[in-house]
Amino acid sequence: MGECSQPGRKAADWHPDGRLYSFRAAHAALFSGVSGFSAEHLLDIAVENPLTPLKGAASAALKELAVGFLSEEERVLELSAALVIAIGLNVYLLLGGADYGGGVWDLFASGNRAGRQRDLIAHSIGPIWEANHVWLIVVIVVLFTGFPAAFARIMTFLHIPLLLMLLGIVARGSAFAFRSHETRASFRRWWGNVFAVASLLTPVLLGTIVGAIASGRLRAGRVDSLAVFFDSWLGLFPLSVGLFALVMVAFLAAVYLCVEAQGTDLEDDFRKRSLISGLLLGAVAAEVLIAASFEASEVVTDLTRTRWSWALHSVTAVVAIACLWALWSRRYRVGRALAAIQVTLILWGWALSQYPHLIKPDLSLYDAAAPRLTLQLMLAVLAAGSVILLPSLYYLFRVFHKVGGPPDRLTG
Amino acid sequence: MDNLLAARTQMALSLMFHIIFAVVGIAMPLLMVMSEALWLKTQKSFYLDLTKRWAKGTAIFFAVGAVSGTVLSFELGLLWPTFMEHAGPIIGMPFSLEGFAFFTEAIFLGIYLYGWTRVPPVAHLLAGVMVALSGAASAVFVVTANAWMNTPTGFRLVDGRATEIDPIAAMLNPAAFPQVLHMLLASYAAAGFAVAGIHAYVLLRHPGDPFHRAALVLALLVGMPAAILQPLSGDISARMVARTQPAKLAAMEGQFDTEAGAPLRIGGWPDEKREETRWALEIPKGLSLLAYHDPEAVVRGLKTFPREDRPPVAVVHVAFQAMVACGTAMAGLGLLTGVLWLLKKRPLDNRRLLWALVLASPLGILAIQAGWLVTEVGRQPWIIQGVMRTKDAVTPMPGLVIPLTAITLVYLLLGVVVVLLLKTQVISTMPGGKQEATDN
Repeated sequence: MGECSQPGRKAADWHPDGRLYSFRAAHAALFSGVSGFSAEHLLDIAVENPLTPLKGAASAALKELAVGFLSEEERVLELSAALVIAIGLNVYLLLGGADYGGGVWDLFASGNRAGRQRDLIAHSIGPIWEANHVWLIVVIVVLFTGFPAAFARIMTFLHIPLLLMLLGIVARGSAFAFRSHETRASFRRWWGNVFAVASLLTPVLLGTIVGAIASGRLRAGRVDSLAVFFDSWLGLFPLSVGLFALVMVAFLAAVYLCVEAQGTDLEDDFRKRSLISGLLLGAVAAEVLIAASFEASEVVTDLTRTRWSWALHSVTAVVAIACLWALWSRRYRVGRALAAIQVTLILWGWALSQYPHLIKPDLSLYDAAAPRLTLQLMLAVLAAGSVILLPSLYYLFRVFHKVGGPPDRLTG
Repeated sequence: MDNLLAARTQMALSLMFHIIFAVVGIAMPLLMVMSEALWLKTQKSFYLDLTKRWAKGTAIFFAVGAVSGTVLSFELGLLWPTFMEHAGPIIGMPFSLEGFAFFTEAIFLGIYLYGWTRVPPVAHLLAGVMVALSGAASAVFVVTANAWMNTPTGFRLVDGRATEIDPIAAMLNPAAFPQVLHMLLASYAAAGFAVAGIHAYVLLRHPGDPFHRAALVLALLVGMPAAILQPLSGDISARMVARTQPAKLAAMEGQFDTEAGAPLRIGGWPDEKREETRWALEIPKGLSLLAYHDPEAVVRGLKTFPREDRPPVAVVHVAFQAMVACGTAMAGLGLLTGVLWLLKKRPLDNRRLLWALVLASPLGILAIQAGWLVTEVGRQPWIIQGVMRTKDAVTPMPGLVIPLTAITLVYLLLGVVVVLLLKTQVISTMPGGKQEATDN
């Protein structure tokens, strides 16, 4: 163990004289011999760590897994961590995104069956939304552990939309929980409205944030005027991506709800909604490209950089059309799979167009990455955690979605 | 209000709000699982009623805790980007682990709340056990990360940047074990006493009701041992602070002068201008004895620290006193109840004891708030003790008072709603006026 981790050391050794210096001054202090606090003592690292063999084995295994991605071995770690972020975003979009979409359809519930539409939505997301929501936390944690420089820049420049998104997350989650436990009809309606409106706004903000990161608005530099904090995201292109994200989650939710509603009189309601939002998604995609050509032409260039990109976009288009066909012909399970594939391809199309940048145009994932040991440990933790997590998740979805029909009421 | 103060206030407010939900989220599942195990064993229906009531409470608290915890994970970056940029690679690991613990908790809580008839009874109980375990694990990891801010290890400063980063050494920092132990015991004690107080209040109005008697017994079984053990863990924490954070210890005790055989001050007001603590009841050599287990040990005073390196003394001292007072009262009441129980004096029929439990109900939560004030304000002006100042970590974003106002209003509203919802939950369990809620 490192010396500092040893209990029983005397206070004097641990914190020699308490004269302390700021982080920025610490270097000067240490090197000019002033030695305000002894870094040797305070910040010593573990040399003989009992977990070292374990860490070695884990990182070896990970490297083994990742070999073949890149010839330069040291880049594998950074790329793996970035892949985790992309996968996390992907799953969050497919699961958490659809929960927001459910809220959107709660807002647009209409006709004689509006109340029952809302019930189906609530029953579909009730048991799982909190678990789905954790994927966002995973993305955030991997970002600040693995790519601290990118995290700091995003959090600084996009303070305002991130804060608004947070307020949306709080309003959505708590209003949903309050509605489930509220007995008075008027309050239930009020919480339902808060839940629905927050479900609509939050994905718009999330999309806007992605659009801002993709379009090169977060350039390193001066951050001393308020205008910087608005210019970084208030623009046609980021807001178009926000709209695109909204339509995308609404489309996903409508398709999932078709499967849940199959065979009931709600089936046609959600079939209609899924077809409309699917067509709308295509229209908004075109609008995003037009906005990009005005405002962020390098996004268009990157999206069409190689023949590879064209192949990917062609496959996406084919899947999108096949999905609409499946919905039209009431093959909802096929439609659900195709919708998920379509959304996944869109996300990876964007991720690959960004590569190797985490933040356009000047922060690559290799520049922003944390030290290797941190990345190795983080990936090892993620791999080990998945061993518990994935079976648990499978169990959760099996319990609530295999048998079909709404989950139990929590009777009191 | 300047930006730094606004950022600190917003962080403090978010933490103080979240900690209540986190604490209940740690301890409430344990109560719920105990009650369910008794239902499976005895088949007495009030245990099932109680399990479902507590499960509902857990659901409300978990949902609000999940979103307020999300807010915190973003606020770390939104308010303190420079801190996260440097600390992320070092203490990211406990946060990753916490992510998994939280994930597990969310999954099994979903199964627990919505799966009553979908999974076999034993699997249902085990899902509850998983919720209780992963809730406690979350606390372990998050507090470990906080402990690192107090006693940073696992890196070497070169050129103003952290190098030779070792996340495992960072996790095993000297404050980690004492802080984790203290916080876990605090969670069980606070939630146990808070729940006990509610049911004691109903029992005062409806003596002998089996539902509320069972609830009170279970709540005390969780809260009492934790409250009785807490002073021991406090001693471990205090000695760790004395060893690693002398400025914090001096502020906690209002100790301005360095002295051998320092007294323990009860009450009193530290005057930071005159550099003395007045009107305190002083117990000779008490502080040296408690902090170093040696009545003649030298305790370092605040005067040995430059003014710009001292934490705000009055806040830390008063908060520390409040925490100790609440904790002592709970430990005393816990002991008293335990003794009455052992002597077969029927404590649950003792109206004076029930009243004492009602009055003690908020003490644990108060102690936790005060304790975190001591930890966090006592570390100032540092965000990473001795390494990075809070003012160097704050975001350059101007006008932070606006987000502060927004967050304050949202949290006020959420707090009021949760209280009202819990009130209707409790009222619907009242004997006589029983009115089954129609649920979703």
